[in-house]
Amino acid sequence: MKTFPIGGIHPSDCKEYSKGAAIEQFPIPATVTIPLSQHIGAPAVACVAKGDKVLVGQVIANAGGFVSSPIHSSVSGTVVAVEPKADAQGNMKPTITIAVEGDEWMESIDRSEAVVKNINLTKEEIIAKVSEMGIVGMGGATFPTHVKLSVPAGKKAECLIINAVECEPYLTADYRVMLEQGDKLIVGARILAKAIGVDKIYIGIENNKPDAIAHLRKLAAVYVEVEIVPLKMRYPQGGEKQLIAAVTGREVPSGGLPIDVGAVVQNVGTALAVYEAVMKNKPLFERVVTVTGSRLASPKNLLVRIGTPMSALIEYCGGMENVGKVVAGGPMMGRAVSNVDAPVTKGTSGVLLIPTEESLRKVEGSCIRCAKCVEACPMGLEPYLLNSLTQLGDYEALEAHYMADCIECGCCTFSCPSYLPLLDWVRIGKAEVMKRIRERAMAKK
Amino acid sequence: MISTILVVGGLGALLALLLFLVAKKFYVEEDPRIDEVEKILPGANCGGCGFAGCRAMSEALVSRDDISALYCPVGGGDCMKRIAEYLGKAVAEKEPMVAVVRCAGSCDNRPRTNQYNGAQSCLIASSLYAGNTGCSFGCIGLGDCTLKCEFDALHMNPVTGLPEVDEEKCTACGACVKACPKMIIELRKKAPKGRKIYVSCVSKAKGAVARKACKVACIGCGKCAKVCPFDAITVENNLAYIDFTKCKMCRKCVLECPTGAIVEYGFPPRKVVESEPQQTAKAE
Repeated sequence: MKTFPIGGIHPSDCKEYSKGAAIEQFPIPATVTIPLSQHIGAPAVACVAKGDKVLVGQVIANAGGFVSSPIHSSVSGTVVAVEPKADAQGNMKPTITIAVEGDEWMESIDRSEAVVKNINLTKEEIIAKVSEMGIVGMGGATFPTHVKLSVPAGKKAECLIINAVECEPYLTADYRVMLEQGDKLIVGARILAKAIGVDKIYIGIENNKPDAIAHLRKLAAVYVEVEIVPLKMRYPQGGEKQLIAAVTGREVPSGGLPIDVGAVVQNVGTALAVYEAVMKNKPLFERVVTVTGSRLASPKNLLVRIGTPMSALIEYCGGMENVGKVVAGGPMMGRAVSNVDAPVTKGTSGVLLIPTEESLRKVEGSCIRCAKCVEACPMGLEPYLLNSLTQLGDYEALEAHYMADCIECGCCTFSCPSYLPLLDWVRIGKAEVMKRIRERAMAKK
Repeated sequence: MISTILVVGGLGALLALLLFLVAKKFYVEEDPRIDEVEKILPGANCGGCGFAGCRAMSEALVSRDDISALYCPVGGGDCMKRIAEYLGKAVAEKEPMVAVVRCAGSCDNRPRTNQYNGAQSCLIASSLYAGNTGCSFGCIGLGDCTLKCEFDALHMNPVTGLPEVDEEKCTACGACVKACPKMIIELRKKAPKGRKIYVSCVSKAKGAVARKACKVACIGCGKCAKVCPFDAITVENNLAYIDFTKCKMCRKCVLECPTGAIVEYGFPPRKVVESEPQQTAKAE
């Protein structure tokens, strides 16, 4: 069975808590707080003011540039505030708050259940639609999808890879989408393939989801261009570069993009959102969120309107005593939340509750030069070295040791027997190195 | 016996001659004044002057014609004066400075809203989230500044959870200013008897938000700016700042501040009771 060639770890997948729970529609809350920056790139610019009436799916903020994405209202009601509010990490970010009145959708949205399979739009029309409907990468990185679909001149895409790996432990949102909405997902994948002009679609799934593999195989049997690729379970297989290596055997060069090896990778959630945007005219205003935890009363997969506070989801799932940490996303790459009243955004794939005794960090030791982190790094870097070079502030040496290639997957910290916060330091170093690279590029221009 | 002495002695003499010739041949011409200037410098190698160490600083002092831009914060005015006398060049005169921690968010004043369990570094904590209190501007309290201080002048107070500056030891090298990711520490003019007046807050949050997070936050009300007779106080982004070059330490603003964000140190106790601030002002 295929997998990526170097590094990687094997954490317990912990998906048993929520994998059996079918996707449930979460009740619309009384107010939603929609952040203007839910994607990588320029924040969106609000185009509504206090007192305006909005409908579900109405544009409330326009894209702030090419690498940006518009934002649509997830509820119908009245705008009560356009002001900065604390995000999940407590930092003040611009938001739009809407008081909910009923559930009135834009008339342009097709709310019928029927699955439309014929793709009539052209390549350009699809990309324009994806951009207009505010679709971003829903695996967590939230990179605007239309940018990824616009293949740069001189490069040629050869295949589309659908990332159905969901290698993050605990999360089951993508898994449930595959089981329950597999037909829509495959149409979404075919739309994406048409947009980038390729006739080969791989769907990479880890072998801890055998029922999803079997289900999608059955659905994809009628399409010759779609191939389901079962992958050997290993973290971080869902990383773009790791997935390309696992599926096609090609290695993205250092500092390069997937398109350099002819691949475009899109997440399962994104494919579903693209199907809904292109076929049903439905903007991205709700997403599937896994709410889980080993001691949570009833873990669930919920279809949540963007802007719903995370605390409401936790309460809906029965809550938990002795919560040590709440994480937005999975345990490996997700971020700890200090403000649980912060809203669900386009990139929130899960809300994970960790009990106190599991959440505490172990006491840091010294580096014993065991090189476990080097062995675990899927990018072939030397995390112990990057850690100490960052602490010394030697950014030139960091760049020479391919700091910019780090994907921040956390395998180094996970594997360290001395419990060193390797990734924390590496992230600091990477931010500084990336800043230097950008400054150099600006100076050249 | 004698032959041994002759051989070893002769060998020694030969090698000594060789070393002498080599030293002559490869002699590096260096201004002897560099050594002398280095002796005058404090030798802390702290980097406060902007150079890698005292040697690099003394090379620059000797080689440059105009040294008015160079200043050793550790040695201060005396040291620079002696260097000026020795080199016969004009040096900059600066008033002595001292590091000041502009946050009073102790555990009492600023309740903790969550527990941080991550890597023990302010830099990392501030890159991860806004902080373990309602204030996202204030001190994180993990002591990056104390680790960077070469002079043992900064220590964390375990009661307040804030760093404290030992004015006797502080040389105003600025290492802590660079180390603080929240930019709380500032170098301010050192007044006689350790007197200080400054706004001990850096919160740019709106008044109500800042006050809710911390009892002694600056709410940007601007009362201090109105009462200041020397135009030393400016209020920008909901935050007052006292320009130490204009401040004459009249202490009017301290009484005016409704939250106690403006603090004074080193002054004798006031003669008049605080309920009559007008008279106090006259008495000054």
